[in-house]
Amino acid sequence: MLHLDFSFLTSKLIHDYVLQGLIFSVVLTLIATVVGVAIGTLLALMRLSGRRWLDWPAAFYVNTMRAIPLVMILLWFFLLVPRITGLYIGAERSAVITFVAFEAALFAEIMRAGIQSVPAGQAHAGFALGMSYAQNMRLVVLPQAFRNMLPVLLTQVIALFQDTTLVYAIGAYDLLKGFENAGKVYGRITEAYLAVAVVYLAICFSLSYLVKRVHQKVAIIR
Amino acid sequence: MFKHIIAVSVLTLAAGAAFAQAGGDTLARIQSKGEVNLGVRDSSGLAFSLGSGKYVGFHTEMAERIVDDLSKHVGKPLKINYVLITSANRIPLIQNGTIDFECGSTTNSRARQRDVDFANTTYVEEIRMAVHADSPIKSVRDLNGKTVVTTTGTTSVQTLRKNERAQNIDFKTLNGKDHADSFLQLESGRADAFVMDASILAQNIAVSKNPKDFKIVGEVLSTEPIACMLPKGDEKMRSAVNDSIARQIKDGSLEKLYDKWFMQPIPPRNVSLNMPVSESTRYAWEHPNDKPMEDYGNK
Amino acid sequence: MAMDWQVFCRDTLTSDLVSGCLGTSRDPTYLNWIIGAWGWTAAVSLSALLLALAVGSVIGVLRTLPNNPGWARFGNVWVELFRGIPLLVQIFLWYHVAPALFAPMKSLPSFVLVMLGLGFFTSARFAEQVRSGIQSLPRGQRQAGLALGLTQWQTYRYVLLPMAYRIVLPPLTSESMNLIKNSAVAFAVSIPELTQFAMQATEETSRPIEVYLAVTVLYIVTAGVVYLALHWVEQRTRVPGFAVGKREH
Repeated sequence: MLHLDFSFLTSKLIHDYVLQGLIFSVVLTLIATVVGVAIGTLLALMRLSGRRWLDWPAAFYVNTMRAIPLVMILLWFFLLVPRITGLYIGAERSAVITFVAFEAALFAEIMRAGIQSVPAGQAHAGFALGMSYAQNMRLVVLPQAFRNMLPVLLTQVIALFQDTTLVYAIGAYDLLKGFENAGKVYGRITEAYLAVAVVYLAICFSLSYLVKRVHQKVAIIR
Repeated sequence: MFKHIIAVSVLTLAAGAAFAQAGGDTLARIQSKGEVNLGVRDSSGLAFSLGSGKYVGFHTEMAERIVDDLSKHVGKPLKINYVLITSANRIPLIQNGTIDFECGSTTNSRARQRDVDFANTTYVEEIRMAVHADSPIKSVRDLNGKTVVTTTGTTSVQTLRKNERAQNIDFKTLNGKDHADSFLQLESGRADAFVMDASILAQNIAVSKNPKDFKIVGEVLSTEPIACMLPKGDEKMRSAVNDSIARQIKDGSLEKLYDKWFMQPIPPRNVSLNMPVSESTRYAWEHPNDKPMEDYGNK
Repeated sequence: MAMDWQVFCRDTLTSDLVSGCLGTSRDPTYLNWIIGAWGWTAAVSLSALLLALAVGSVIGVLRTLPNNPGWARFGNVWVELFRGIPLLVQIFLWYHVAPALFAPMKSLPSFVLVMLGLGFFTSARFAEQVRSGIQSLPRGQRQAGLALGLTQWQTYRYVLLPMAYRIVLPPLTSESMNLIKNSAVAFAVSIPELTQFAMQATEETSRPIEVYLAVTVLYIVTAGVVYLALHWVEQRTRVPGFAVGKREH
């Protein structure tokens, strides 16, 4: 019968195996969020520009990304980016590029909904005051769009953090892999999987509690 | 930029064109960069990981010595970037120039020779199977109706299918995502046998909870020359690597290295694999060659 | 090195071209193999989808039961638990950890374990949609049902759920397509589905572009079929005169 034994999870082992993976998972999430929201906002503006030559490429990009399993997108980028750029690129850097590209598509949809949630009269008022398109977006529309969408954006960040486990497919060293390797070395993979599940649950539960608090704070009273 | 990448890739695919392979002059590239991208494995018997960024094993250490010799060859110190590769991605990574060479557990086969080159054989692997110590399975014939696990992206998958067809038996195959995963399926009883390189079986047994619970049995399903994998068509690189291997064989350092990793207790758990040099491995050392597995009498 | 689609007509052992492209079950070609892999993807996705619909509906309803804080709390814990752990980790828990803890689960085929993993993971998402669908209905509907003498169960069955399902069908459709994409993680636990085929066939054929393209197209086709099916259901069940929000996804 099975005897669970977590004694192999010493602080030295966590330092040697797990820490690097945890740092990578967090950094990957942060980069994909910041750059993804920036590119996603641009894509959303393209889709709402009313100009076909801007709208269609953006729509094609967003829909393609959302139609393919993330695991396959990871494998595609891992295969294609070095072939196209001819640059040395490891699994970790490939993962960062893939997640930025993929999350940009998801954030684009969220930002599009956010921008549409701002009443058109606000933009009209901005134009009437003599603001340029850029000023209008920067000072009037986008701040409100971000605020309206903040809970959805943050929920997506949690999903993103969970999705980082998929870098497994290309062999990048993330939190899951860190625990798994530690378990492998000591023949304790069962315990390692349990431990990593608890760690993810703790992180994600805290984040989702945080999102609820933020939601209550930022709700705009109309 | 990303849209650009997608646009380019879509266009390229539509045109049906493919990209030029990296290849070229690896030594010149290594020299100008002052660094080598070395492909390493994390759970094979010949090359494995000791946790974050530390890669060791017989073939990994041999590769480090090859880099020492390459450094003398190009006349400047070389930094090693360790790039973790898997069975499934190693050939694309050599082809696209992500790694300059790799020494792990890659079998030299005719099919692979179309895509990459191989250095002279430094280890000859025997494909066998591991079973529970109390299992009645003694040979491939006993596998009829059983479940057999092997690892995705290895030649063992095909070896197994060939044996199944040749012996006219029928068993269920599981493909583990890596060796540790395959072994776990044997350990948990989900699979009755794990078919894989004997060194990998020995290593997984050695680090398991109870090494005495497992044994390696059965005929040799396939004899496979394991060699460092090099970019295709780069003769200069190949002769430089082969020179280093010849040097290591000649001065006895390769045999000492073998002793260190197969006969002495090894990290992380300080157990010994107890695998003396096989006849076929010694033959390969004494008669340097890069024959593919098809020349080893495999069907 | 142009694209070579003949790779799918090759025997998986000898790499010889097979005339007619399809081999036999004893001597399969890569085409046979990818079709089989597609079957696994479809089987895993559809069985998990049915499980997720059933469990998600029950949990969603539990969370809206009035005067039943116990059940509501159970529903909340269910949702937090299955949403708080990455899918890949949950699949490992079902495949490696659960059978080690509960011996009887060892006899379950891996297909069932993956179905449970993917199904329960998605059930938490479905439950969240069903709950918000029910709660978006005017409170008067429930009260009217009870005032007419319907039991709690009858109120749900004949008043609340028929409307709630119509409201949540669009988000359920998009979650269902997510489920099909998510089924790709089954590669990690030895299910011979499309992604695992992509990895192994790439190694054997050295034709990653052709293999990946074929697999990607099959995923898109599968998700498209489910989209059309659910869209058809949505059209058929529309209540005339009752516009259910604008379709956004």
